[in-house]
Amino acid sequence: MSGTKANSASFVRDTMLSEQDPPITERGVVKWARENLFSGPLNTFLTIIGAVAIYIILKGLAPWLLHSVWNANSAAECREIIAAAYGEGAHGACWGVVRERWAQFLYGFYPSEHYWRVNLTFILLFVALAPILFANLPRKMLWFSVIYPAVALLLLWGGSVWVPVAALAGFALGWLAYRFALPVTGSLAATVAAVLVPIIWWLFFAGWFAGLAHGILPLGMEQVPSSKFGGFLLSLTIGVTGIAFSLPLGVVLALGRQSDMFLVKTLSVGFIEFIRGVPLITLLFTASLLLNYFLPPGTNFDIILRVIIMVTLFSAAYIAEVVRGGLAALPRGQYEAADALGLDYWKAQQLIIMPQALKISIPGIVSSFIGLFKDTTLVIFVGLLDPLKGITDAIRGSFEWKGIYWEPFLFPALIFFLICFGMSRYSMYLENKLKRDHR
Amino acid sequence: MSELAIDRTIDRSHMQVSDEVAIQITGMNKWYGAFHVLRDINMTVNRGERIVICGPSGSGKSTLIRCINRLEEHQQGQIIVDGTELTSDLKNIDKVRSEVGMVFQHFNLFPHLTILENCTLAPIWVRKEPRKEAEATAMHYLEKVKIPEQANKYPGQLSGGQQQRVAIARSLCMKPRIMLFDEPTSALDPEMIKEVLDTMIELAEEGMTMLCVTHEMGFAQAVANRVIFMDQGQIVEQNEPKEFFNNPQSDRTKLFLSQILGH
Ligand SMILES: Nc1ncnc2c1ncn2[C@@H]1O[C@H](COP(=O)(O)OP(=O)(O)OP(=O)(O)O)[C@@H](O)[C@H]1O
Ligand SMILES: [Mg+2]
Repeated sequence: MSGTKANSASFVRDTMLSEQDPPITERGVVKWARENLFSGPLNTFLTIIGAVAIYIILKGLAPWLLHSVWNANSAAECREIIAAAYGEGAHGACWGVVRERWAQFLYGFYPSEHYWRVNLTFILLFVALAPILFANLPRKMLWFSVIYPAVALLLLWGGSVWVPVAALAGFALGWLAYRFALPVTGSLAATVAAVLVPIIWWLFFAGWFAGLAHGILPLGMEQVPSSKFGGFLLSLTIGVTGIAFSLPLGVVLALGRQSDMFLVKTLSVGFIEFIRGVPLITLLFTASLLLNYFLPPGTNFDIILRVIIMVTLFSAAYIAEVVRGGLAALPRGQYEAADALGLDYWKAQQLIIMPQALKISIPGIVSSFIGLFKDTTLVIFVGLLDPLKGITDAIRGSFEWKGIYWEPFLFPALIFFLICFGMSRYSMYLENKLKRDHR
Repeated sequence: MSELAIDRTIDRSHMQVSDEVAIQITGMNKWYGAFHVLRDINMTVNRGERIVICGPSGSGKSTLIRCINRLEEHQQGQIIVDGTELTSDLKNIDKVRSEVGMVFQHFNLFPHLTILENCTLAPIWVRKEPRKEAEATAMHYLEKVKIPEQANKYPGQLSGGQQQRVAIARSLCMKPRIMLFDEPTSALDPEMIKEVLDTMIELAEEGMTMLCVTHEMGFAQAVANRVIFMDQGQIVEQNEPKEFFNNPQSDRTKLFLSQILGH
């Protein structure tokens, strides 16, 4: 409407009313509370019940937390301090145990003069993970991720440099075998060679090579036996390795389960159903006891390695089912379009199917990872010192900390929570980042 | 089923049917379990032909054209595409698939890849073209289907008609010698049907060998040189479009035409 026309209107407001806030019942906290807490009789009732529950919990916990003691060197000293400050019979948390024994929670019985090796491994873990977790980092960084397992092996267990080098050499040999076999024998035989050559190397030549090389050039670090591992060092070693290997194995199993080849399918289904039907503790016992009967006498097969294998197999079976769900959610048309464009099975999987199926499966996969990480505490049953019960029992068994109960559980619980919460947040970040349907 | 009038003039200078055989199907039979879905199919497609296949729902039209690039396996008879016989030999299947493009009813674009990546994927991974070259080709075909400005969007951000045109461009990037269309417009609104049909007409004008399952009879009349009518897994009747529509021979064809043309 033009300016001159406006004058012809019969009524035009010329003083504007000042802005007003909405009434108090429609605004801020009051409005929110009305809508969310007291919107009806049932809702009001539940709100009151909830408030009472919170009150009861706080009434029990608050004094205990408020009376916390940090500077104490034994449970008895703690009790004295609390009694002196808050009167006889008062309860209070004694965090002195964490202050004094935190290293044991983190490193177990790893020799303290070598803590730096663990710390360095831990810091390098982030360097190795970064390019995997965040796609915008330079791809060259992945080379470090590839050699990281060997670096970690050397730093944590020590021994000759040549052992991890010999282990890595297996992969290089496999790759070389593939490269040279491919033009001569075709892709199937080359793949078989790429699998067989490293296995033969590891079984028969790697040890000999490491010994020989060490004889010529003795480089290495002081050895730390697996029995010294404990606490979060143990949990993270098993957890991170298990996670790293269970995802690819799970994907392979999921594909195997969908395969047209009878043998592959049957083996995959059998494996998945067997593993899922058996408690993890059974598998761990198998790892620690039964394998000794089957392995040739005198074989020294590290207990942590055995546990890692079992945990990996266990988690892989679950991940396989999660990934199968993702595969099932993809419309047939995606496979058909890939076929019609001439992509072969592996390329279609790699470029079309898996990126989508894995994206759908992210929440389930991360759940499995979190489960795996928490399950690492079960290694207590095969005599390894997990952070929750293993270390806690060791601490409570000591003279100074006799009688302390909750605190040594809460500290590892907090660390578990932080790590698991971190994984869960990362999964949400990833889901968001991969969102492609802007509907 | 609609009958969209094709109101543009069609340039027929390159629409030539040569003597060279592009697809030869002889005595082909296919079963789904015990269900005999295709019965004794015999059909020859010469290079440059534009064939429309129609017929009632469930008559086996999709199955027939899906056999031509081996998305479905036939159990009896012979299918020879560009001199390569389709058997269980993977080499032959790959060869045929790299020469035959296919466009689906539901587009089947890859939702996790951009439009450009959708178009360059197969050229890079199957034809081993350098990325730069593949991208140049892709842009060329995206321009042809008139959506170069969408190259960096994801399929979910495009309309149905645009998605279908991308699907056509994606097939063309593999430089196919034969194009198969399975009801490319039946999931689209009328506006969008027109844009997709226009793209298909342009393709026909360039002399592409095309097999289209469609109920767009306007398109069939304007572009096809032959219309094939299928019912219950058999080819019942085939003729050039004018004869087919004006002078259908079998009763089943007459019934079908009266149903879809509404008179
Ligand atoms: N995978 C399958 N397994 C069993 N039967 C099938 C399968 N696919 C299709 N059929 C059957 O084969 C017959 C032919 O199917 P087809 O999809 O070729 O029909 P169509 O002519 O393309 O029909 P429409 O016009 O509905 O697309 C139908 O009866 C259908 O139910
Ligand atoms: Mg169909």
